[in-house]
Amino acid sequence: MIEAFFFYVFAAMTVLAGAGVVLARNTMYSVMWLIFCFFNAAALFFMLDAEFLGIILILVYVGAVMVLFMFVVMMLEVNKARLREGFLQYLPTGGMIALMLLIELIGASSSGVFDNEKVAAVGHLGAEVNNTVEIGKVLYTQYLLSFEIAAVILLIALVGAIVLTLRSRDDVKYQNISKQVNVRKEDRMKTVKVKS
Amino acid sequence: MDWVNILLTTIVWIVEILLIAVPVALSVAYITYAERRVIGLIQARKGCNRVGPHGLLQPLADGLKLFLKESIIPTRANKFLFVAAPVVALTPALIAFSVVPFGEMSHSILQIHDGVRTWFADLDTPQVMAIAHLNVGVLYVMAISSLAIYGILLAGWASNSKYALIGAVRATCQMVSYEISMGFALVCVLMLAGTMDLSGIVHAQEGGFWHWYIIPLFPMFLVYLISGCAETNRTPFDLVEGEAELVAGYFVEYSGMWFATFSLAEYAALILISLMTSILFLGGWYAPFPFLDFIPGTIWLLAKTAFFVFVFIWFRATFPRYRYDQMMRLGWKVFLPWTLAWIAVVGIFIYTPGLQDIIGFYQPWR
Repeated sequence: MIEAFFFYVFAAMTVLAGAGVVLARNTMYSVMWLIFCFFNAAALFFMLDAEFLGIILILVYVGAVMVLFMFVVMMLEVNKARLREGFLQYLPTGGMIALMLLIELIGASSSGVFDNEKVAAVGHLGAEVNNTVEIGKVLYTQYLLSFEIAAVILLIALVGAIVLTLRSRDDVKYQNISKQVNVRKEDRMKTVKVKS
Repeated sequence: MDWVNILLTTIVWIVEILLIAVPVALSVAYITYAERRVIGLIQARKGCNRVGPHGLLQPLADGLKLFLKESIIPTRANKFLFVAAPVVALTPALIAFSVVPFGEMSHSILQIHDGVRTWFADLDTPQVMAIAHLNVGVLYVMAISSLAIYGILLAGWASNSKYALIGAVRATCQMVSYEISMGFALVCVLMLAGTMDLSGIVHAQEGGFWHWYIIPLFPMFLVYLISGCAETNRTPFDLVEGEAELVAGYFVEYSGMWFATFSLAEYAALILISLMTSILFLGGWYAPFPFLDFIPGTIWLLAKTAFFVFVFIWFRATFPRYRYDQMMRLGWKVFLPWTLAWIAVVGIFIYTPGLQDIIGFYQPWR
C-alpha cells in the first residue's frame, strides 16, 4: 500500500513537472522543471529496485546534460518566452507525435507484459540481484553488437563536434601552454656573478 | 503494521542523520579554524589566536557575526532563485554523506527483528556504519556531488551581477571537465574492486597498506586528488572565486547566513572528497598494519580524512592560482588521456595470463 502511495506521488510529480516544462514562461524555470522531472523518474526507477538506472539517470541527465542546458539558457537574453507563440504552427507535428506515443502506450499496456500476475511474479527480485552486474552481463554478451555500434556512433558524433568547431587562425596571437609549462629555470634566468 | 516499530525506525533514522549532519557542520567550523592556523604556520605568522584559548572560539564568533549580519537581496535579482540557491548548494553536499561507510560495527544499539526489539544486540555479521547501504554507492556519490553545481549556477545567474555570472560559468566549465577524469579514475578502482559498493571497495583492500589501491593505482590517486581539488574549487583551481578579477565569484552578492551556507557546502564537499579518497585508495577503515587493528576503524578513517583535509590546506598555502586556460588544459589534455590510458593498462593487466597473478593480489574477490 505504502509502495503504491509513493508510486502515485512520484508519478504525479513527474507529470506535473512535465507540464511545468511546457507551461513555464521563464526558460530558466522550464529547465528546472525538467530537472525535477528527471529526479522523479529516477525515483520511479528506485522503486523498481533498479538503482543503477536511477543513479545513471541523475548522473548523466541531471549532472551533465541539464547543466549544459542551463548554461545555454543563462547565456541567452530571452528570459521570458511569450506563451502560445506559434502554437498553431507547431500543432500538427506535435499532435502527431503525441498521438503516436498514445497509440504505442496503449499497445504496450494491452500487450500482456504488464498483467497483474506477471508483475507479481517478478515482484521484488531486484532487491536480491545486483542489477549493475546483471546489466553488465547482458550488455556485454547478448547485446554486444548493438552496444558497440552505439559506442561507435557516439565516437563519430564526438569527432564530428570537434571537427565542426575546430579552426586554426594564424593571425591571432595565442599562447602555447605546453611551451609555457615546460619552461625551465635555465631558459629564462642567468646567474651573474658581480664582484663585490 | 506495528506503529511502535515504525515510530522507532523513524527516530533511529533521525538520530542517524543528525549523527552525521551535526559532526559535519562542526568539523566545517573547525576546518576553517584549522585552515587559518595552518596557513598562518606555513606563512610564519600566528593565525587567529585571540578569541578563547588559542583562538579556539573563533569559529563560533565568526558564526555569530555571520548570523547577525543583514541579508541583502540585490535589485532586479530573481528573488526566488536567489534565496533557493544556497539551499540547493548545501543539500547535495550533505546528502552525499548518507552512503559513506564510516566503519563496521559488530553490535547494534537497537535491532528490530521480527517485531521484537532487542537493545544492544550482537550481530552475526558486522554491519556497515552508513545511513544507506547502497549497491551503487560510488555512482551515488558521483551523481550527488555533481548536483552541487546547480547551487553555484543558480546563485550566479540569480544575483543579476556580471561578476557572479562569470564566476558561475567558470565553475560550471571546471566542474564538468574535472568530473570526467575523476569518473575515469574511479573506473580503475571499480575494475580492481569488482563492486560499486563503497564498503565492498574497502573490504577488497583488507590487510595492511600493501593491499591498498594507492599502490597499483598511484597515478589515478593523484588524478583523483587533484580533480577533487578542482571539483571543490580549492586554491590552485579557485578561479571561480578569483578575488583579483571577480571580487569573490558567484557569491559576491550574498551576505550573512546565505554566504555562510555556501561556505558550509564548500567545506562539506572538501570533507567528502577527503573521505572518498581515503575510502577508495587508502583502505578506508583498515589500519596500515594488521596488528594496529585494535584501534577502531572509524578512527583510522577519520585520521586519513583529516590528513587529506590537511593536504588540501597545504595546497592552498603553497600553490599559486592556475590561469584558466592552463587549468582547462590540465583537465582535458593531461588528465583525460592519462586516465584513459590507465584504464587500458589495468584492463590488459587483468586479462593477460601471467600478469593476472600479480594484479590478482589486489582482487581478493576473484
